[in-house]
Amino acid sequence: MSNELIQTNTAKLTTAFATALVVADTQIHDDLAYNSIKEWDSTAHMLLIAELENVFNVMLDTDDIIDMSSVAKAKVILSKYGVSF
Amino acid sequence: MISKTPVSLITGASRGIGRAAALKLAQTGHELILIARDLIALEQVQADCQALGALVSIYAVDLTDRDAVTALFRQIHTALQDKALSHLVHCAGQMQDSLLAMTRLTDMDKLMALNVGATVQLCQLASKLMLRHKTGHLLLLSSKVAEAGSAGQAVYAATKGAVSALVKSLAKELGPTGIRVNAVAPGFIETDLTAHYSEEKKQQLMAQISLRRLGQADEVAAAIGFLCSTDAGYITGHILAVDGGFSV
Ligand SMILES: NC(=O)c1ccc[n+]([C@@H]2O[C@H](COP(=O)([O-])OP(=O)(O)OC[C@H]3O[C@@H](n4cnc5c(N)ncnc54)[C@H](OP(=O)(O)O)[C@@H]3O)[C@@H](O)[C@H]2O)c1
Repeated sequence: MSNELIQTNTAKLTTAFATALVVADTQIHDDLAYNSIKEWDSTAHMLLIAELENVFNVMLDTDDIIDMSSVAKAKVILSKYGVSF
Repeated sequence: MISKTPVSLITGASRGIGRAAALKLAQTGHELILIARDLIALEQVQADCQALGALVSIYAVDLTDRDAVTALFRQIHTALQDKALSHLVHCAGQMQDSLLAMTRLTDMDKLMALNVGATVQLCQLASKLMLRHKTGHLLLLSSKVAEAGSAGQAVYAATKGAVSALVKSLAKELGPTGIRVNAVAPGFIETDLTAHYSEEKKQQLMAQISLRRLGQADEVAAAIGFLCSTDAGYITGHILAVDGGFSV
């Protein structure tokens, strides 16, 4: 996997999180966790899933949606669907 | 430019209320995605809707096959590209006439899998396609018997009661994301679902219906057409009876 592609995916992930949670890109870091900020509530989580599925053209299993508890976890889960970070 | 043509996915579109809904929405300028198991019947409905000027794609899928339904939505997701799914009109359903003591639990499981399980899965997958656009509409088919009950149809009535409860709950849950959730609740509509009723039984039923006649699929489709129009943009969590006053 090229570094360029990995960087692009990281940028896409950051934008997807920022769009769904309606926060600045600078607020998105690996440790950011579900419910740790008021913007990442259950409604935003649903929007986030839809955004990630669309941006990376994947359909996440329900177990993965439940497990997606942080930005770092999102990267691990998306890797299973062939998206590298 | 963003397309203003609403895209509606209709299940159970090969016959009955689903077919009538397809024709109604084709007339009112919707692009259609039609689903049922019978491919030949679907092709005929597709041709009828295309004759009305609609863009129509069809998929033959058994909605109780969960993996097939997931794969179907993958295909739809790809086919839609950047277009939003505007409406899910979920008409596919079956009825089971049997007294409690004569209800096989295996038959109950099958009915639950279609009328409840598939409904939940479709709502889950369709709402995910809608969420990104922060707009959409899930329209389900409940029944008069969900509220009123029906001797000899307890399990069927229970599945429709589940649909009504789902509508109320999902309207609350998905409302903040811009997704409306409604149902129509038909009374007795003359389709294949009710074709086995004897003339005598139909006469008895008609005597209990205020309008003193049985309903037709296009009369339910008219209500579906309204709920899928912009005129219904502020209606959610509603179960609209289309029963000639059967439930009054
Ligand atoms: N007719 C009434 O009086 C009445 C009253 C109250 C509520 N309803 C409800 O209205 C809805 C439509 O009823 P209807 O009268 O139009 O029934 P219908 O004429 O029997 O049509 C049922 C539709 O569901 C599809 N279907 C059935 N099982 C399926 C499966 N496993 N996978 C995919 N599609 C399946 C059938 O297509 P294929 O066979 O091609 O798969 C058909 O298109 C149902 O939910 C019913 O409970 C009807």
